[in-house]
Amino acid sequence: MSDHVGVESLPDQLVNKSIQQGFCFNILCVGETGIGKSTLMNTLFNTNFEDREFSHFYSHVNLEARTYELEENNVRLKLTIVSTVGFGDQINKEESYQPIVDYIDAQFEAYLQEELKIKRCLFNYHDSRVHVCLYFIAPTGHSLKTLDLLTMKNLDSKVNIIPLIAKADTISKNELQKFKVKVMSELVSSGVQIYQFPTDDETIARINSSMNAHLPFAVVGSMDEVKVGNKVVKARQYPWGIVEVENESHCDFVKLREMLICTNMEDLREQTHTRHYELYRRCKLEELGFRDVGPENKPVSLQEIYETKRQEFYTERQTKEEEMKQMFVQRVKEKEAMLKEAERELQAKYEHLKRVHQEERLKLDEKRKSLEDEIACFSKKRAASEIFQNQAFVTGGSKKDKDRKK
Amino acid sequence: MCISVFQQVDETSLKMSKQQPAQFINPETPGYVGFANLPNQVHRKSVKKGFEFTLMVVGESGLGKSTLINSLFLTDLYPERVLPGAAEKIERTVQIEASTVEIEERGVKLRLTVVDTPGYGDAINCRDCFKTIISYIDEQFERYLHDESGLNRRHIIDNRVHCCFYFISPFGHGLKPLDVAFMKAIHNKVNIVPVIAKADTLTLKERERLKKRVLDEIEEHSIKIYHLPDAESDEDEDFKEQTRLLKASIPFSVVGSNQLIEAKGKKVRGRLYPWGVVEVENPEHNDFLKLRTMLITHMQDLQEVTQDLHYENFRSERLKRGGRKVENEDVNKDQILLEKEAELRRMQEMIARMQAQMQMQMQTGDGDGAAHGHHV
Repeated sequence: MSDHVGVESLPDQLVNKSIQQGFCFNILCVGETGIGKSTLMNTLFNTNFEDREFSHFYSHVNLEARTYELEENNVRLKLTIVSTVGFGDQINKEESYQPIVDYIDAQFEAYLQEELKIKRCLFNYHDSRVHVCLYFIAPTGHSLKTLDLLTMKNLDSKVNIIPLIAKADTISKNELQKFKVKVMSELVSSGVQIYQFPTDDETIARINSSMNAHLPFAVVGSMDEVKVGNKVVKARQYPWGIVEVENESHCDFVKLREMLICTNMEDLREQTHTRHYELYRRCKLEELGFRDVGPENKPVSLQEIYETKRQEFYTERQTKEEEMKQMFVQRVKEKEAMLKEAERELQAKYEHLKRVHQEERLKLDEKRKSLEDEIACFSKKRAASEIFQNQAFVTGGSKKDKDRKK
Repeated sequence: MCISVFQQVDETSLKMSKQQPAQFINPETPGYVGFANLPNQVHRKSVKKGFEFTLMVVGESGLGKSTLINSLFLTDLYPERVLPGAAEKIERTVQIEASTVEIEERGVKLRLTVVDTPGYGDAINCRDCFKTIISYIDEQFERYLHDESGLNRRHIIDNRVHCCFYFISPFGHGLKPLDVAFMKAIHNKVNIVPVIAKADTLTLKERERLKKRVLDEIEEHSIKIYHLPDAESDEDEDFKEQTRLLKASIPFSVVGSNQLIEAKGKKVRGRLYPWGVVEVENPEHNDFLKLRTMLITHMQDLQEVTQDLHYENFRSERLKRGGRKVENEDVNKDQILLEKEAELRRMQEMIARMQAQMQMQMQTGDGDGAAHGHHV
């Protein structure tokens, strides 16, 4: 009877499953325009991704993301490369880092939303969270630029940063050593946390810790093939010599490829999920008012908190509704009272007017009456006088005739 | 000396018709006047006087400015330089640092002033980057104008900036917004020579592309850079060819170094890499020799252009503004001339009056004797 249970095949099952699913990896490249981001990506993955030369005259920093499906030895990789556009070109670079931070946060937010959904399918979800940020440092040989320091300080809590020295074929060996030391000391003294290759797994601890000492990696990228000796290699050809990309004494390209892709890709994804994403999630939920510990210091689950929040929200809404109703009723009453008051006033006015009118009428009637009386009187008088005149005429008429005849 | 020459001419004039025109170097030859010796006189006087040249270097940190200057003049202009780190550079303002060095070569003295501009392009917001630089250039013009208009003009020191090397980053695709803004702000004040340093980062193809791109962008933004004067038609072919080559290589892409490296059996100035040695003075590797040639052969021309073009521009602008407010910009030149002439006449009259007064005083002073003394 053997002691064999079969547990040792468990990792294989996991591996088979993940091969079936395919892998997903997202790289963010941050660096000045023309520093060699696209060329390095092409060289790293040995593929000519579509790339264009960007102008220096963009007024803001933007990010361009492209997704590619690669395959090697039956292992499928969904690779997303996000690059900055216009980084370091503006005269005022105070806000240059903000679009990068916003992009990273947006990917976290999308994942958080998916996680919080009631009906969710995380296994099918295209994880767009940034797993590693390759920061391209210009090979000045002096120190970091102010923009580099500012940007990395704002990114180190959100993403794994691996600093690289770009276009490293312009720095000689001892200048390079001094430059690396200066850059690392500046990062340390400013408190920037860059990604450390993990040393907890004994199988890779030694190589990882030695690689940690080589940071930042001095890289050279090229897709041009040059004949060196009897081999054809990727290199850059100068009048004074040929810089071979995969020659470890020329540059650290092989180290980068080894560390980034061969050895630590999975760790990078894990760190992104367990450290950076968790931090983001915690901050976001705390903002919304969620707590892990209830009012009496008792541990409380998300569900309970959600329920209490909901209750709170409902009661609040109800009280608000009540208030609004009250106010509405109040207003209606007031309006009604006002209208009634107005009506009363109108009524009073009407009465008053009516009275006045009536009085006037009475007065007028009286006047008319008196006038009629006067007219009657007058006509009587006139009648009387006419009669009198007629009489006088008759008696005096002969006199008139007599006068006329004379 | 003139008199003796004329005498000789009188004596030999009869013989001239018979004689053939000979070289005028030998004083014994008939028909010799002697002014062919003038260039030698100029040479002697200029060697005695020495040459002055002010060169300004502008560019972001880390583009190789100091190394290039040290290489060009085979000196160490920055012996104890302390380079600030990124944290110190965030709020850094632009400084002006002028260092003078006397270079002597075969008895010819050159007093070279290199004006460095540390801090340019360092701050996170470079909006006010070039104000300091422009005011420095204007200040030097102002000082020269003041000295030139002064009464005692014996010792005018010329500190005007004769040439500005503007360093373009070899890591990008061409000019950046800051480059364009700066060059447009100074192209009417100083001769701009664009330079691409750290050229060992570019393959030959990339170099040509970058040069062309830079020239296109300079034209697109109407930036006036220094143009080498064409060779005169009576110069020899070699010189003409050299000038043409120089003109075709602008902007110069150079590599600087003062380290001696062993290469191909001899010691050369260069940079040592695992894949080869970049030789500074190898024309196939970079344009260092061309830049040095251009600077030296055209040093005089650079000074002349500064004097005749940039300084005159500054002077006319300055005098137009003069004591008036800047609003009256449409005052025509004739009026200013008339006014100036009137002022001159007034001053002359005043001087004449004062002289007359002094004369009178002296006469009466003589009469009165020493008892009064004389006061002016």
